[in-house]
Amino acid sequence: MLRFTVRRLLLLLPILLGVSLLVFVWIRLLPGGPAQGLLGERATPQSIAQINRQFGLDRPLYIQYWRYLVETVGHLNLGTSVKTFRPVTEELQQRFPATVELAFGAMIFAVTFGIPLGFLAAKKYGSAFDHGSLLASLIGISIPIFFLGLILKYIFSVRLHWLPSIGREDVLAIRSHPTNFYLLDAIINRDPEAFWDTIRHLILPAIALGSIPLAIIARITRASVLDVQNEDYVRTARAKGLPPHAVDSRHVLRNAMLPISTIVGLQTGLLLSGAVLTETVFAWPGVGSWLKDAIFDRDYPVLQGGILFLAVVFVVVNLVVDISYAILNPRIRLS
Amino acid sequence: MGLKRLGLLAGLAVLGVLALVAAASGGTSSKRASNALVFGAASDPVIVDGPLVSDGESLRVVDQIFQGLVGLKPGTTQIVPLLATGWSASKNGLTWTFKLRTGVKFSDGTPFNSRAVCFNFNRWYNFPGPLQNNGVTYYWNTVFGGFHHPATGNPGPDKSLYKGCRTKGQSTVQLILTRRSSSFLGALALTNFGIASPTALVKYKADAGTVDSNGVFHPTGTFGTQHPIGTGPYMLKTWQVGNKLEIDANPNYWGPKAKLQRIIFRPIADNAARLQALQSGEIQGYDLVAPEDIKTVQSNSNLKILNRPAFNVGYVGMNQAIPPMNNLKVRQAIAYGLDRATVVSKFYAGRGQVATEFLPPLLEGYSGSKAMPKYPFSPAKSKQLLQQAGLTLPVPIDFWYPTSVSRPYMPDPQRNAEAFAASLEQSGFKVTFHSSPWRPDYLSQVQTGKAQVYLAGWTGDFGDPANFDNVHFGAFNPQFGFHNTKLFNMLSTADAETNNAKRVKDYQAAEIYIMKFLPMVPYVHTKPALAFQKNVKGYIPSPVSLESFATVSYSS
Repeated sequence: MLRFTVRRLLLLLPILLGVSLLVFVWIRLLPGGPAQGLLGERATPQSIAQINRQFGLDRPLYIQYWRYLVETVGHLNLGTSVKTFRPVTEELQQRFPATVELAFGAMIFAVTFGIPLGFLAAKKYGSAFDHGSLLASLIGISIPIFFLGLILKYIFSVRLHWLPSIGREDVLAIRSHPTNFYLLDAIINRDPEAFWDTIRHLILPAIALGSIPLAIIARITRASVLDVQNEDYVRTARAKGLPPHAVDSRHVLRNAMLPISTIVGLQTGLLLSGAVLTETVFAWPGVGSWLKDAIFDRDYPVLQGGILFLAVVFVVVNLVVDISYAILNPRIRLS
Repeated sequence: MGLKRLGLLAGLAVLGVLALVAAASGGTSSKRASNALVFGAASDPVIVDGPLVSDGESLRVVDQIFQGLVGLKPGTTQIVPLLATGWSASKNGLTWTFKLRTGVKFSDGTPFNSRAVCFNFNRWYNFPGPLQNNGVTYYWNTVFGGFHHPATGNPGPDKSLYKGCRTKGQSTVQLILTRRSSSFLGALALTNFGIASPTALVKYKADAGTVDSNGVFHPTGTFGTQHPIGTGPYMLKTWQVGNKLEIDANPNYWGPKAKLQRIIFRPIADNAARLQALQSGEIQGYDLVAPEDIKTVQSNSNLKILNRPAFNVGYVGMNQAIPPMNNLKVRQAIAYGLDRATVVSKFYAGRGQVATEFLPPLLEGYSGSKAMPKYPFSPAKSKQLLQQAGLTLPVPIDFWYPTSVSRPYMPDPQRNAEAFAASLEQSGFKVTFHSSPWRPDYLSQVQTGKAQVYLAGWTGDFGDPANFDNVHFGAFNPQFGFHNTKLFNMLSTADAETNNAKRVKDYQAAEIYIMKFLPMVPYVHTKPALAFQKNVKGYIPSPVSLESFATVSYSS
């Protein structure tokens, strides 16, 4: 497994080189550039030329790319935002913890409800519960996140005043954030109020963001359990007189978990790449909304550095999923 | 993995959460701020250093911390004394003498005086190369135009309006200009030219930084992020990017003390999210209310709408570099072919007025003259003009409008475009639409002269007609595509005139000329809206969005 892990990590290098080249070319194919992003209505041909000259955007593309590689690889520097002057790494330190907290909150919600829902639907195949769960998961996949977010906020924040509608914590609270993982910070600071406050802020965005993974996990679980429970070895186990719950737990669910773990891993990787809509609707200061703004601003360093970082995260999460296969199913050998 | 193991895992998860709770408990609970107001901002500031920003959210914060020599009477564009109690121009208009307010201190306790004023002006004039681009020092570039030590290709002292600064004792300062200009006094009311503590600028290395190989400046000092020190009623407390920026009342403030101890600016990019946060009581106010949300706010007895005076213009631009827009008769035909009254009455929810000239009515230089050509909607007149121009009807035109944007002067560009297209097609034109996302795609296409006929607009930065007329028509501009020396001279003469009464007349004449020459057809001036909790008092909306929170009170 060690050799496999090291090889996969080494594969990161060509992947990142490819990603950096793709992103570099892609953002330069978009109309406009940092000058228009910075100046908006106020841009003039002179000011555009001035900014392009300063940032070296008037140089040939291969020279720009080479300089970018030198800065990134040579100086281990992801760059500085042309708009805010803040280094990309500093922004990532602020924002990635917010994205991680939200992504894990959403996945906990999705797994907690998705697997039991899918399992029970399969066990009650063809029943009203099964049809209901299918309908619910269809709605979960179809409903736009921003709409669901607005509805949740309208009910639980505006009407009932049960939960906050924006941000990660009570804005009037005076707290320190040594790690920017607010739950962890609450523990470090031994502050129970901060802990619950963070949980309360996490609930609605996690539900909104987790709705699609929940629906997907429920459907995959249902399909997988339906497949497995008709296998010969399950029939044999039943014929041997094993109690139904033992068959389900030892033979059905265990074997059905492989595709589920794949989808959980992929969804986690996606959510860690930033959830633009959820972060925007809930004013959640994560990576997704930051990159969205960078696209509108044509903030090349932020886009290049941010996407490169997320590519690393995505690859690492997928590596973890691959390794988890071997743990879940010893028959699988990593090579 | 069996059900039992799943159950075990679930049990472990619950135990884990309980353990986390237990770990978090036993300590002290967080403190909460009191006598505070939370304002929903559309974004974080870029940096809290006036000369280095030009976006509204940065300026909103900067305006609470810094003050300039002159200010604006709340709710108007009328220039009033601020850190200067009086001023006068020399006969040749090149030396402006300001008498400074005495007894003023910066929030770090250091004195405000003539040396501080000169220190700031010289700082701006001597900005290093990476800070000289328009994206960073837009207002210095726009108002003063040049730097002492320009980087390659940047404007130098020969282009600069600013020549130098002279102290005359502690409380008198003279600004020396290279040429006559009156618009600079109005521009000095911009928060960008607020005076910062020289001690803090040096101590916190305001302009220190490194430039990476991509040419991007990275400040290494902390002046604009942690220690912005001015003379204003508030001072920066903390700034957690993405979460909140807090300002506290300045105990050293020379004027009436701020009514609220703390103002918290919370970045909420989404319009709907800002509205819901106001409805749920998480914020007490926000700016840039979407037109479709105004009724929702008005129907809530706990909320209220405040109107910002109209200080903008929405217009249909025509690029004379793309025929047949170089023909005045065709431009006149477009003006007659736009049903402006219907668009304004249908799509602006009663918050717009039909524009008959480029300047908004509250600005000096607005003509309001009977001699102003009006161009009422008249398809017959439009067709007649096109035929006089020798064109075969229908005349094909490319009409551009932006998507993914809502501006005060253009809340729903697509609807405006469709209505205008319908009226133009009645008037002898054949319209082909083009659209793209507003920023930077659409703006880039318009500004580089690719759009023939297009929707655009402008919100004034400061209370001077030059900020409207000269910015758009004072020199060759690819988006309009014309070279009209007469108009360029009219506007530069008006800008240079130091006699205000004569200056106003010059601009009024220029307004009439512009509407005869028709580089664009103005169609609307609108009143943008702010929303607040009903128990927030004392907020006075400004046409140029320079609003002090010092007078605001809030009873929760």
